[in-house]
Amino acid sequence: MENEVPLIKVTIDGQEIRVPVGSTIMEAARQIGPSVAPPAMCYYKPLQGSGGKCRACLVKVMAGSEKDPRPMPKLVASCITGAQDGMVVENFTNPEVVEARKGVVEFLLINHPLDCPVCDQAGECHLQDFAFENGVGEKRFVEEKRTFEPEDIGDKVQLHMNRCILCYRCVYTANQLTEKRVHGVMGRGDHAQISTYIKNSLESDFYGNVIDVCPVGALTDKTYRFKSRVWFSKPVDAHCDCDKCSGKVQIWYKGDEVIRVTARKNQWGEVEDFICNTCRFEKKKTSDWVIEGPSKIARNSVIAQNKYGLNQGKKPEYALNYAATNFKKIDDSREYNQNLDQIKKSEDYKALMQKNDKFFSKEKSLK
Amino acid sequence: MANNIKILTEHINTPGIETFEVYRKTGGYNAVEKAIKKMSPDEIVEEVKKSGIRGRGGAGFPMGMKWSFLAKPEGVPRYLVCNADESEPGTFKDHYLMKSIPHLLIEGMIVSSYALGANKSFIYVRGELMYVVRILEKAIEEAKAAGFLGKNILGSGYDLELVVQPGGGAYICGEETALLESLEGKRGNPRNKPPFPAVKGLYQSPTVVNNVESIANTPWVINHGGDEYAKIGIGRSTGTKLISASGHIKNPGVYEITLGLPVDEFMNSDQYLGGVRDGHYLKAVVAGGSSVPILPAHLFYKTANGEDRLMSYESLSDGGFPTGTMLGSGGFIAMDETTCIVRNTWNFSRFYHHESCGQCSPCREGTGWMEKVLHRIEHGHGTMSDIDLLVDVSKKIEGNTICPLGDAAAWPVASAIRHFRDEFEWHIKHPNEATKPGAVFMGAEILA
Repeated sequence: MENEVPLIKVTIDGQEIRVPVGSTIMEAARQIGPSVAPPAMCYYKPLQGSGGKCRACLVKVMAGSEKDPRPMPKLVASCITGAQDGMVVENFTNPEVVEARKGVVEFLLINHPLDCPVCDQAGECHLQDFAFENGVGEKRFVEEKRTFEPEDIGDKVQLHMNRCILCYRCVYTANQLTEKRVHGVMGRGDHAQISTYIKNSLESDFYGNVIDVCPVGALTDKTYRFKSRVWFSKPVDAHCDCDKCSGKVQIWYKGDEVIRVTARKNQWGEVEDFICNTCRFEKKKTSDWVIEGPSKIARNSVIAQNKYGLNQGKKPEYALNYAATNFKKIDDSREYNQNLDQIKKSEDYKALMQKNDKFFSKEKSLK
Repeated sequence: MANNIKILTEHINTPGIETFEVYRKTGGYNAVEKAIKKMSPDEIVEEVKKSGIRGRGGAGFPMGMKWSFLAKPEGVPRYLVCNADESEPGTFKDHYLMKSIPHLLIEGMIVSSYALGANKSFIYVRGELMYVVRILEKAIEEAKAAGFLGKNILGSGYDLELVVQPGGGAYICGEETALLESLEGKRGNPRNKPPFPAVKGLYQSPTVVNNVESIANTPWVINHGGDEYAKIGIGRSTGTKLISASGHIKNPGVYEITLGLPVDEFMNSDQYLGGVRDGHYLKAVVAGGSSVPILPAHLFYKTANGEDRLMSYESLSDGGFPTGTMLGSGGFIAMDETTCIVRNTWNFSRFYHHESCGQCSPCREGTGWMEKVLHRIEHGHGTMSDIDLLVDVSKKIEGNTICPLGDAAAWPVASAIRHFRDEFEWHIKHPNEATKPGAVFMGAEILA
């Protein structure tokens, strides 16, 4: 018991949690659960040194610690800031944080092509989730985006630099998993790009993992690209006896065919065990694998589409009950149609039309 | 008031001051002798603390405080790194100091290294200044030959190796952690803080990074004592400051001023800048290098309370950003009425877009966005909403980035719009007039 790491108390969005000394705010928030965990585009727990770059996980520290309860002057990146005893953090409840996060979404989407319908990552894209949950629906950037030519880095990996958000995850992966580092970031500013040195190809048994860590569709699997949308395929947990890696993978079926193999990911989209290229690219038959059973998919994930039986798709009973008891029935006796012309002539209606010009534009054009 | 005291530039015009002999004759290297023979490292740190000298690189953090934060674990080397990567538009004081009187920096490096217990110190010089690197290397050779550098300095048993390292010429490498990364031979990306360099700096060892001018002040502090230094200047702005003045003034150049000098005197007396060039009047001033907020002339001479503004850290930042600016690195740019503020802001913005390292998203994408919007306004394609867009973008960059480059890119834009909004509006409303070569908004009467 003496070797146990002492615990500290952290409050995030009003919820208290005790975490070991040395945890970051992000780790503490993730322990509480997805409702308070800040989004992360660059932070990747298995990769040492990652984080702090995308600024998606900015939070407001309202009280630094028990001893020094002053708030921190700036928003801090929760993935790299250590938690202190008695720290009070505001995440989704702080308007400043919400505003800053909207800004980050906007910044990340400036140079990211908004072509999700043709992108291979759609459906399992972290940026898509992040923008959907934290962003605004309109864009204000009207200039030209920066563009690059698609580049081949390795015989199995395709790099689409246009989509890259420079999270550096793949750079850390290549650094930490492979022996010889041949790819990194070149150039600077918004023209910085991930590339291999003088178009060297990636050559290592583990380079395929850069596909898994990429949060967007910048690095894709050439053996899988454009074969299927992700929500048409069924993920199944499987394993095999591999002398290079743990062999624990997720295989994706389309019908009876294995169309791709990926590493298993946890709740936060982080790889649990990195897998080798043989498992990833070569073993594409059911007979290569020992099937464990269907992977767990979050209910709200688009991948869960068409995966559950009809009954599970129905609305839960309580929701229907709630609706039946708590909402008024629509009063159909009101005379909308008869009085429509009169209403349209009234001053109130005209004032309303002017006020909500934007929303009524269609009706206006009909007149 | 000792207004004319010169700490750094007293002997700068002596012929041959760049050689060791002449520098030694003017009293050079006395501080090394005094420090190493008579003082302990802690005493030197104490003197520097007493002097109240603040970092001259831009942020103005007290130097003695920075030194006392240095972690001192057993068996781990400590490093002193001199930041000579001066590349801010408008600032050229360190360049002038190093090329004119290199031994002053070397002397400062020796006493500072001794105070911090560093046995290997680095001078990281901006890559464009290769000839300065050669001047410094020559000075180091001379100092080594005289026994002030190398093994067993002056028989005290203290060793110091001084290395001059040219950078690749990136502005971002002036940020201290990016400088350390670059010095280690990596890509010059700023590090996440904490840990600060005082705990984990160069090669994961405790490191102090100081500006050239800060270090060049230490010999004087050793020779005359910290209390004496603290008497110069005003309030918490002690000592003298090099100001590199440029723009539409009669006498541009590098000046050493006592902090607390009235702005009016600095701007208009013949001893200093000599006023705006004949036939023109002052429109705006950038008081501390391109990254600080721009000030219009009427706010420049008077503080928010209507008092005379002084050249000091406090007085210049008086009233916060709405009516103040920063002393920064002392890059003083004066602009007369022929300067187009929109074009000027675009130009600054272009610089920051080019120099952003591309590590964190607000700065990487935001600087480019601001540059593009400003380019559009300047070239007559702007809309009124672009002005608010710029303010909003600058707010979303400011404070949300890893290093201060994001702030430095956001402040000039935000302040230019704050003080010269009518000029931006004129550009948008009258694109045909505004895009004529040399067209400048001259106020309401011109428009009528």
